[in-house]
Amino acid sequence: MASGDSRLRVKQDNSVTIIEFIDRNILDEANIQLIGEEIAALIEAEPEPKLLISFANVDHLSSAALGTLITVNNKIRNSEGLLRLSDIDPQIYEVFVITKLHKLFEIHPTTEQALASFN
Amino acid sequence: MGPGGAVICMAPTHPQPDAGRLEIQSSRDDIDMVEKVILEAAQRHGYQDASCFAIRLAVEEALVNAFHHGHRDLPKSTPVSINYQVNPQRICIVIEDQGPGFDVETLPDPTAEENLQRPTGRGVLLIRAYMTRVKFSKNGSRIEMTYEQMSN
Repeated sequence: MASGDSRLRVKQDNSVTIIEFIDRNILDEANIQLIGEEIAALIEAEPEPKLLISFANVDHLSSAALGTLITVNNKIRNSEGLLRLSDIDPQIYEVFVITKLHKLFEIHPTTEQALASFN
Repeated sequence: MGPGGAVICMAPTHPQPDAGRLEIQSSRDDIDMVEKVILEAAQRHGYQDASCFAIRLAVEEALVNAFHHGHRDLPKSTPVSINYQVNPQRICIVIEDQGPGFDVETLPDPTAEENLQRPTGRGVLLIRAYMTRVKFSKNGSRIEMTYEQMSN
């Protein structure tokens, strides 16, 4: 699903909602806010949401994007859901390491491995 | 000519240094333009992908900080100035806003366990991590960032 002004591609794999980014650069504040709102709506749509966010298409992100991911993570925890991240480029993974957010998020090398981790 | 009127002299066999001064307002297009100008200069001087990633991230974070924090109480049209110098050895970028500044020493450590779930406050950390040297002056309203090319 990617319609209108959506910045996300969303698909379902059994009980897991898989999210991919349309933009290669997640820098623009307006887009980041839109992404946060779209993911929040997905979280609210499920009683115990299982979200997998793939960074397969992403070349750059900013601390503002990290902030939105943290907000998403907090919302999922409050909903007693599960969040996994996958397919993070090594350069971007380094950003997670520098900020120590690799400790906060459960990150898997591939979408398949992340999907398997929900079981 | 770069910040302070400095002129860089290079051996004639090297590419000429790139330098300039830009003034931008708070818009995505303006921020993109600054990143494009500096990264194109960096690429002309042989900086590789990892260097460009680092420089882009630092410029992005510094400009967003300047507008969001520095200019929080100022009109949206208030410009931020950028001076940059690029040569094959190093890139120096000076970004100055017109806000009241801030005390960089009082920023909470975003990597502390108790702060990991806070959604903000990571920009300066990333700038410091990716740039070789970072210096704040003018009460925090001016940041000078230097990236040095690692010698082969």
